[in-house]
Amino acid sequence: MKALDDIMQKLKPKADGKFPLAYTVWDGMYTFLFVPGHTNHKGVHIRDGIDLKRTMVMVIFALIPALFFGIYNVGHQHFLAIGDVVTGDHVCTLFWDKFIFGAIKVLPIIIVSYGVGLGVEFIFAALNKHAIQEGFLVSGMLIPLVLPVDVPLWMVAVATIFAVVIGKEVFGGTGMNIVNVALTARAFLFFAYPTKMSGDEVWVNTSLEEGQKIVDGFSGATPLAKAVEGGQEALINMNASVMESFIGFIPGSIGETSTLAIGLGALLLLLTGIASWRIMLSTFVGGYVMAMLFNLWGANPFMELTPLHQLVIGGFAFGAVFMATDPVTGSQTNTGKYIYGFFIGFFAIMIRVFNPAYPEGVMLAILFMNIMAPLIDHYVVSANIKRRLKRVSVNA
Amino acid sequence: MSKDVKISKGANIKLKGVADKLHTNTFIPTEIVLKPSDFPTLTPKLSVKVGDKVKAGTALFFNKEIEKMLFTSPISGEVTDIVRGEKRKILEVKVKADAETQYESFVKADPSTLSKEDIIANLLKSGVWPFIRQRPYDVIANPSDTPKAIHITALDTNPLAPDYGFIAHGKDAVFQAGLNALTKLTSGKVHLNVNGNENADSVYANAKNVQINKISGPHPAGNVGVQIHHIDPINKGEVVWTLKSLDVLVIGKLFKEGKFDATRSVAVVGSKVKKPAYVKTVLGANINAIIKDNVEEGGRYISGNPLTGTQISENGHLGFYDYQLTVLPEGGNNQFFGWMAPGFDKFSLSGTFFSKLMPNKEYDLNTNMNGEERNFVVTGEYEKVFPFDIYPVQLIKSILVNDIEAMENLGIYEVAPEDFALCEYACTSKTPAQHYVREGLNMLKKEMA
Repeated sequence: MKALDDIMQKLKPKADGKFPLAYTVWDGMYTFLFVPGHTNHKGVHIRDGIDLKRTMVMVIFALIPALFFGIYNVGHQHFLAIGDVVTGDHVCTLFWDKFIFGAIKVLPIIIVSYGVGLGVEFIFAALNKHAIQEGFLVSGMLIPLVLPVDVPLWMVAVATIFAVVIGKEVFGGTGMNIVNVALTARAFLFFAYPTKMSGDEVWVNTSLEEGQKIVDGFSGATPLAKAVEGGQEALINMNASVMESFIGFIPGSIGETSTLAIGLGALLLLLTGIASWRIMLSTFVGGYVMAMLFNLWGANPFMELTPLHQLVIGGFAFGAVFMATDPVTGSQTNTGKYIYGFFIGFFAIMIRVFNPAYPEGVMLAILFMNIMAPLIDHYVVSANIKRRLKRVSVNA
Repeated sequence: MSKDVKISKGANIKLKGVADKLHTNTFIPTEIVLKPSDFPTLTPKLSVKVGDKVKAGTALFFNKEIEKMLFTSPISGEVTDIVRGEKRKILEVKVKADAETQYESFVKADPSTLSKEDIIANLLKSGVWPFIRQRPYDVIANPSDTPKAIHITALDTNPLAPDYGFIAHGKDAVFQAGLNALTKLTSGKVHLNVNGNENADSVYANAKNVQINKISGPHPAGNVGVQIHHIDPINKGEVVWTLKSLDVLVIGKLFKEGKFDATRSVAVVGSKVKKPAYVKTVLGANINAIIKDNVEEGGRYISGNPLTGTQISENGHLGFYDYQLTVLPEGGNNQFFGWMAPGFDKFSLSGTFFSKLMPNKEYDLNTNMNGEERNFVVTGEYEKVFPFDIYPVQLIKSILVNDIEAMENLGIYEVAPEDFALCEYACTSKTPAQHYVREGLNMLKKEMA
């Protein structure tokens, strides 16, 4: 490793040289390879082993099950649509073909997202003369996973630029943003190019080669869209019962379909303590409560859908585990986290049920609560201040 | 009347090199140094010049704002050097030691027979007063205040900390004399906060005229600020004085023997120390004799503990308040893919290292930052190790934006930089939290004056 260190040191450009971008890129690369041996001088002499890179990498590890499942499911849905595999045959036929097909479709989206996003980050870091901050490591993976497979790559690029610049850099970069960066990208696409982000056409890749045709009765709609029309019954007809939706061989955004794979990631995040269990738990509780209230009301079939079923379809689980728990945009106080999470779940199901035009309520619910989080914190902190002021009058 | 306080938030950092409970040696220093930087916000004025002969107890400098507050020489000898920094700021006053220590004599009497004014005058004149500190601001107490209570912590929960019970053992009479002096200084109670994790040493258990409170739980349970917060919190406008139990011994000695006796036991600890144990020496002593033949190469010398101590050179000197000399391995090596390493040898309060599976392991930590400074990102980290009903991150942010009203409301009067040491240790973004809190307190003190 000494040799590599020496090579890197040789390549080091001047920090205040002609090309500030060159130094930023070098610095980014170098600190990626080596945690620099800076030592403490003021304050504590010893430090915890954790740093922001490690934190972010843990989230990426947690996303891997959802990513691999997503890649496989893209292939699975494709071959299902053209009739090469039959319904219910999840893994027996064409296992590697599905995987490879999925990888060919998904990897370019990931590459575009990382390439464009990191490019923007490097430019801003060079302009502002600070080191690359690690926030985009996670955003760059989240963006592809919340998009439909058929989204054009240029749209991914445009959305990523918009999200990083408007969603983050204008506020001062990592740690300063108000709304979740990956969701900003998704919301941008959702409102700018609705035909590519909703409807029945985009969730399953149906590109045909010669001699292939789409099977009769194929719809391509997501369970959410079906549930709006026909509730529980429609879901069971399309092989999206609670169990099937939980495992995740259903159409949807790339990474969001399998609650099981997301659950594995959630487990890692909770064991390592990276994500807040308070937010995660209260989001699911909020969703469950809202779904139960709708059950009591029961005005249409979608309202009658069981709470558990509501939680395993659409992007609910993905949002609760990976988006709501973003520490920068979420509530920062422990009490606030319960409130913040609860309302995300609550509003997600409400938007989903009341407004069929926006079947994916989770995105809007999280963005809305991102905006509300500072307000929640304000009241939690004010309560603390009042409580401590009361001490005086009790003593007196 | 006593209180049992159980602290649940916090963490003990277990390091290699805890001191064996024995005194291995006595080091009479060849020179001592008094550093005004040990006393935050102090503006010193010199009372001596190079070449002056001093006795133990002769003033070296005094407080410009409260001129009767003297800082006296711990030994007798000759002033050899006055080190100045930028803008001629006094950094060090150096005294070369005589072969035998001559003492200035001060009032020698049973403090219970003396008036409050006499006690204060004796403490100020002898240079013992600076051991008494105050909240708010965590600075030397102002003798014209009457505190609502005095809190004495008899336990230190910092990593590798000395055992206050072991050091004070058997000095019951001196300790009680110190307590008797302190009881005269407050309108309220004197609280003696002892270790509730184990049986407190008899010197503390038998103390009279004070309220004995038992404190148990992990670090920072030993921080006097934490204890005050749970026993009798400070509100705006109130003043509380604080001491370490070992400092009470110095006060006791003053009234028992009429002299400023600055000899003290110091724990020499850390993984770089060959035989970690206690030694007897003097406040401000040069450490090169102490470390000779007892440390390995490549260590960092810290006067105090690894969380709040001050870095000194191998020819440096012990600080005014420090009963601990820590020698840790110096870091500085780049770590290849360090952010992905499994980390069996790193202690982390997060769950991202495999070392989490070995809760009783003792670590050999070096002084690496293990990362770079970043904006605040992760939340909830500080709260886990901050046993106050205060929002630590919000408080730091209010300091950063100089919002005095917010600082007051968020409880800055109750905290000291040391209370944030564990937060700073745990911080993913490597924020210098103690530094910020110190800045905030200094700013506020200036503003309120």
